[in-house]
Amino acid sequence: MSASKETGRSPKAATLDANEAVASVAYRLSETIAIYPITPSSPMAESCDEWSAKSRPNLWGSVPGLVEMQSEAGVAGAVHGMLNSGALTTTFTASQGLLLMIPNMYKIAGELLPFCFHVTARALATHALSIFGDHSDVMACRQTGFVMIASNSVQEAQDIACISHAATFETRVPFMHFFDGFRTSHEVSKIDLLDDEVLHSMINEEEIRAFRNRALTPDNPSIRGTAQNPDVYFQAREACNPYYANVPKAVQGLMDRFAKLTGRQYNLFDYVGHPEADRVLIAIGSGAETAEEAAVWLNAQGQKVGVLKVRLYRPFNLEAFIAAMPASVKSIAVLDRTKEPGALGEPLYLDVVTALAEARSTGLSQFACEPVVIGGRYGLGSKEFDPAMAKAIFDELLRERPKNHFTIGINDDVSGTSLEYDVTFDLEATDVVRAVFFGLGADGTVGANKNSIKIIGEETSNYAQGYFVYDSKKSGAMTISHLRFGPRPISAHYLIKRANFVACHQATFMEKFDVLSYAVPKAVFLLNTPFGADAIWDHLPREVQQQIVEKELQFYVIDAASVARAAGAGGRTNTIMQTCFFAISGVLPREEAIAQIKKAIKKTYGRKGDAVVAQNFAAVDQALAGLHEVKIPANCINGPAMLPPVPEAAPDFVKRVTGVILEGKGDLLPVSAFTADGTWPVGTTQWEKRNIADKLPVWDSSICIQCNKCAFVCPHAAIRSKYYPSELLGSAPEGFNSVKMRGQEGQSFTIQVAPEDCTGCTLCASVCPAKSKTDPSHKALTMAVIPERSKEAAQYAYFLDLPNPDRTLLKPEVKSSQFAQPLFEYSGACTGCGETPYIKLLTQMFGDRLVIANATGCSSIYGGNLPTTPYTTDKNGRGPAWSNSLFEDNAEYGLGFRFAIDKQNGIARELLTKLAPQIGDTLVAELLAGGGREEAIIAAQRERVKALRERLAGLDQIEARRLSDVADFLVRKSTWILGGDGWAYDIGYGGVDHVLSTGANINILVMDTEVYSNTGGQMSKSTPFGATAKFAMAGKTRPKKDLGLMAMSYGNIYVARVAFGAKDAQTVKVFEEAESFDGPSLIIAYSHCIAHGYSLNHGLEQQRLAVESGTWPLFRFDPRRAAEGLAPLQIDNAPPKVRVADYLRNELRFKTKPENLAAFEAAAQEQVDQRVAHYQRLAGIAPSGNGEAK
Amino acid sequence: MNLATEYLGLKLKNPLMPGASPLVDDLSTVRRLEDAGAAAIVMHSLFEEQIELERAALERDVESHTESFAEALTYLPTEEDFNETSEQYLQLIAKIKATVSVPVIASLNGITPGGWVNHAKLIEQAGADALELNYYDIPSDPNTSGAQVEKRAIDLVSAIRKNVSIPIAVKLSPFFSSLPNFVKQLLGAGANGVVLFNRFYQPDINIEDLDTESVLELSSPSELRLRLRWLAVLSAQINTSYAATGGVHSAEDAVRAIMAGANAVQIVSALLRNGPAHLTTILSDLTNWLEEHEYESVEQMRGTMNLKHCPDATAFERANYLRILKSWQV
Repeated sequence: MSASKETGRSPKAATLDANEAVASVAYRLSETIAIYPITPSSPMAESCDEWSAKSRPNLWGSVPGLVEMQSEAGVAGAVHGMLNSGALTTTFTASQGLLLMIPNMYKIAGELLPFCFHVTARALATHALSIFGDHSDVMACRQTGFVMIASNSVQEAQDIACISHAATFETRVPFMHFFDGFRTSHEVSKIDLLDDEVLHSMINEEEIRAFRNRALTPDNPSIRGTAQNPDVYFQAREACNPYYANVPKAVQGLMDRFAKLTGRQYNLFDYVGHPEADRVLIAIGSGAETAEEAAVWLNAQGQKVGVLKVRLYRPFNLEAFIAAMPASVKSIAVLDRTKEPGALGEPLYLDVVTALAEARSTGLSQFACEPVVIGGRYGLGSKEFDPAMAKAIFDELLRERPKNHFTIGINDDVSGTSLEYDVTFDLEATDVVRAVFFGLGADGTVGANKNSIKIIGEETSNYAQGYFVYDSKKSGAMTISHLRFGPRPISAHYLIKRANFVACHQATFMEKFDVLSYAVPKAVFLLNTPFGADAIWDHLPREVQQQIVEKELQFYVIDAASVARAAGAGGRTNTIMQTCFFAISGVLPREEAIAQIKKAIKKTYGRKGDAVVAQNFAAVDQALAGLHEVKIPANCINGPAMLPPVPEAAPDFVKRVTGVILEGKGDLLPVSAFTADGTWPVGTTQWEKRNIADKLPVWDSSICIQCNKCAFVCPHAAIRSKYYPSELLGSAPEGFNSVKMRGQEGQSFTIQVAPEDCTGCTLCASVCPAKSKTDPSHKALTMAVIPERSKEAAQYAYFLDLPNPDRTLLKPEVKSSQFAQPLFEYSGACTGCGETPYIKLLTQMFGDRLVIANATGCSSIYGGNLPTTPYTTDKNGRGPAWSNSLFEDNAEYGLGFRFAIDKQNGIARELLTKLAPQIGDTLVAELLAGGGREEAIIAAQRERVKALRERLAGLDQIEARRLSDVADFLVRKSTWILGGDGWAYDIGYGGVDHVLSTGANINILVMDTEVYSNTGGQMSKSTPFGATAKFAMAGKTRPKKDLGLMAMSYGNIYVARVAFGAKDAQTVKVFEEAESFDGPSLIIAYSHCIAHGYSLNHGLEQQRLAVESGTWPLFRFDPRRAAEGLAPLQIDNAPPKVRVADYLRNELRFKTKPENLAAFEAAAQEQVDQRVAHYQRLAGIAPSGNGEAK
Repeated sequence: MNLATEYLGLKLKNPLMPGASPLVDDLSTVRRLEDAGAAAIVMHSLFEEQIELERAALERDVESHTESFAEALTYLPTEEDFNETSEQYLQLIAKIKATVSVPVIASLNGITPGGWVNHAKLIEQAGADALELNYYDIPSDPNTSGAQVEKRAIDLVSAIRKNVSIPIAVKLSPFFSSLPNFVKQLLGAGANGVVLFNRFYQPDINIEDLDTESVLELSSPSELRLRLRWLAVLSAQINTSYAATGGVHSAEDAVRAIMAGANAVQIVSALLRNGPAHLTTILSDLTNWLEEHEYESVEQMRGTMNLKHCPDATAFERANYLRILKSWQV
């Protein structure tokens, strides 16, 4: 670690990610912080919230105040107010959040308010959403007047954060500091920490005083935010110019001061490479570091190349730019990590071209010959950018006519923009240990690796880096950890492709993924498998065997689960696998490594008592004893072939595209594999057989009462129910189970599990009410280990082929609803998810005429995240039309659907009337009258539309063709607007409220988990009183917003609250009534969630307790009843019969107020009692009083 | 009237105290109890099972969801922000200590010596004046002998004794083959007194759902008789501290317990039913009763109806049963 030149102090080193490093600086330099969660910036806000909750002071000894807003637009407004009132302020955001701040960014800059905030640069939602990194968001803010300053690594992010906060006070111009989302924000790296002394030395107190003195105050008032007229607006707008002119010099001055304090020198433009380079690559962000690696290597080969890293991008300083460029340069490639369709080029490219032209015209140009400039795009949505790609760009610059407007890192076989690159080119240093780990989310692999990085980074003189790749599923998800350890700071900010240590913590991955493609020859390979060193070989796929032999890998096995059991460590194998890594990777001497692990264990578990520490020590010792090297048999490639990613029967597109993504090889797909508009085929989850359940439900048909509750509660549509003519059983496969259908002569009934899609959540077994009379511990559904799934899979395939019952015979009841085919299946939602059963039910009741607008959040991720999506079609090819627009606009988006549908229905009706003579009056009359909602009417109307189309085909009239185009809109469509509480209560509330007020026939389904689940459980206005959530570390002090009550106040809206686990029949009734109500409907649906902190096995039980305690009242407010002279509000649950505490105590989120637990529970009870009484009054019934609850 | 008594070596201003119950969860109630005259505060139990289960649950329900999904590396604030029951309990001891001036007796519930025994030390460090070990063993395994059950308890008391220097009272169930012998062994292992008796949760059967239900009903005064018998038997022969718990609802009940040999009387159901202030009523009734009956002190009365002193000692032994049957034959 470098010592400061000025003070000679050795700074403290630590391993952390950029989010934490930046938050630490921003927090210490702020007094007020407004926050809102958005990936990948949320951890910065979470850290600040945590520190504030723990009363950690800022640089001046005061604890910063935090406020969570309803959206980033709200944050920007709040920040603007804080600044004008004189408080040192910061925030954090990315992507869509940053876009929402833009209006206020103009205001803040226009008023020259010193403000620095931090952006984890992220892609924007265009043809698709992406949570990953690029510069599309920050580049959309170029025109706001904010300073834009970039950092390229974890160390730089921390340092530039400090410089930016200091600079905003010196210049009065607001700063947007940005760094690459995920690649930098989430990379764990060993850095020198900035202590308070450095921060003090960077901040000028006089400037802060001046800022405070400018604040608005009634004690010395001035006015801001005036409206100006044509006479003065322009001049006044230009008045800020000197401040912008001053920025480059001020920033450079602070960079120089920072260098004196820390030894780390930054410049507005940092040039690295050959002093007489003929080729220069210009980039912003972590990609510039990668380009530097390639440049260093090329120069070592005798070439002359260099890289210009742009740090201060706005204001773009021409003099500093030209001064930084070597005069020798002949050609320049400018890399942009964004796309601006239709522009002459991307922003940085245009700036460079303009800069060169201006330098030329003003005589600043110092170049021997005028350089050729090309621009290109790279790294969109966290696409890899590695030294091979950088080298390809340098190589391209050698060509006489290098390709302009190129892309790198993809194969653009449509427009031919892409440069080719050598995928085998690699620059990893030989003295750097490169380790890749394949783990399952739940097995703790990433956590253990972060721990290893801490051990090596903080306990030894070595440097360490970690980057973690997660997959798109919320449970049963694969993680790939990329770890580097070496003697020098690590500058490789790209994934490891050639590892000298590869570990696979889940044996089943070996059958599906090319794990060993990462291994270099003679690498160490560690596999966690139940098979011992003697037995494992024959169980490996032949592709794996081949690679082990060809690469001469050192192959070790451990049975971590057995070791964990023996050591009493439960199901967590992370410590064991970590021990094995240290034992055989050679990253540290073995004894030292083991001692360090034990030290870390003591630190982590010390407060839990000696026994827990001893248990973990035992796991370490037993791991070493259980680790065995495998003798590779000679000439013995005998294993089974790897499994194809999708079955042979899958459609062509699924095999060609989806399958490749599933294999982990999506990077190889060319541009031509995709549609140009982001459209994808539906129903693809059925081809991804995940096999993640340890235990499956087993059906005992002899005691089953055929209630269908199991199918009803299944979050993944992986247990289904059907009745069908008994004679079809003749062709049933072996073991197919069925019984006589109750009350239907000649029909048989089957409950069938989808063994390869079930996640093993146990909700079906938990809800099953059918107990054996002789052994009540045995139910009609019990969970059991099924060793051989192929038989069960054949049974499921047969089950699916059995005809579905006629929809017109099904009633809107729990049992009947489950005979309808679910058109939402096998999603990537969490095991035991409390949201998906509602969506599945929706598709069963109205799926073939369903249009869904889905707010961004969990439901848009498990509903629409690639590679496979769960919405599917029935045998007629009909199914939900689903789309996600944004987080904040979903209600409006859905209203748009409704309006367009109604308009096209209107057009069809107009044309029908017009063409009635040609079509025939009877058919037209029937069509005009046939828009009803009952199944039979819909079926009949579809037949009529078919007949209509046939008649129209014979008419040679433009109107006939137009009618044919819109004829399907003569059949009723059901418009649903889906989302979570973060959307409906907070960011989208304005839209929800407005759409409800329009009277349009839409249905809003709020799946209420009471937190922002998708971004990790941050507080929303739905979060209940007392619950701990992120941004409410000490428990929420305010009650949950009663969205239902607010909507009811309109009087003409159908409003209901449901909890399927408490009263499934009411849920079905509500869905039916809401859909039938010719106007807006709002359903608020209790959704248990992993963010509540308990095992979701008990999700249904908790729903019941929520309802029985009065915490979650079930009600229906139906305006139609008022017309009948009845109270529109009906309460659907009995008066509370259990205490609120009986519900609260089962969830960890309610367990954070030890000092006043009793008071909290009493207050929660009081709130519930009052609300129950209020509802009872509204429903026109006498309040039950508090005495009823026991 | 001299109401003072000594229990577990603690000098108490009177023999009445709230027994282990959720009453003490709320500090204002604790204050009210002291104001009402409580001579000591007995806290509810910290359960071995709960300590172990919480640890497993945190791992299963919280940690297993972390680091799996790029947008949400965690779903709840970090684990140390959640106060485990054990930590809440330790904090509560300190808070009660800071709130009241009477002794505070903490309570641990468990049956196996294990890592959780450490909590006894933490309880002592948190400031508890004594520890009540709630020994609550349901021996359901046919291969476990009565002697083994007793040994388990003895080992546990020894293990806790090694950890703490504050007095230990063992709260027992009546279901031991030879209670006097067992109590002797407990004292030998380091216990400083016994509390008679535990009231078990007796599961009920729900015949509709074919399931069991946990039910806890408040005690009735008739339950006191079992305590009286064993207080009378034990206090006459074994010199240690005794507390009666279960069935004391009035001053008369307290008088009975003290006459049978109790140093202290724990009251729960009557306080849950009537509120903390009810303790004042019982205390003044007790004082009045003693005055009316011309006792000088509680100590003078203690043990006067035990096996050694009561006019008809056989009443507490086998004959008791016969007499009751006879009385019904009228």
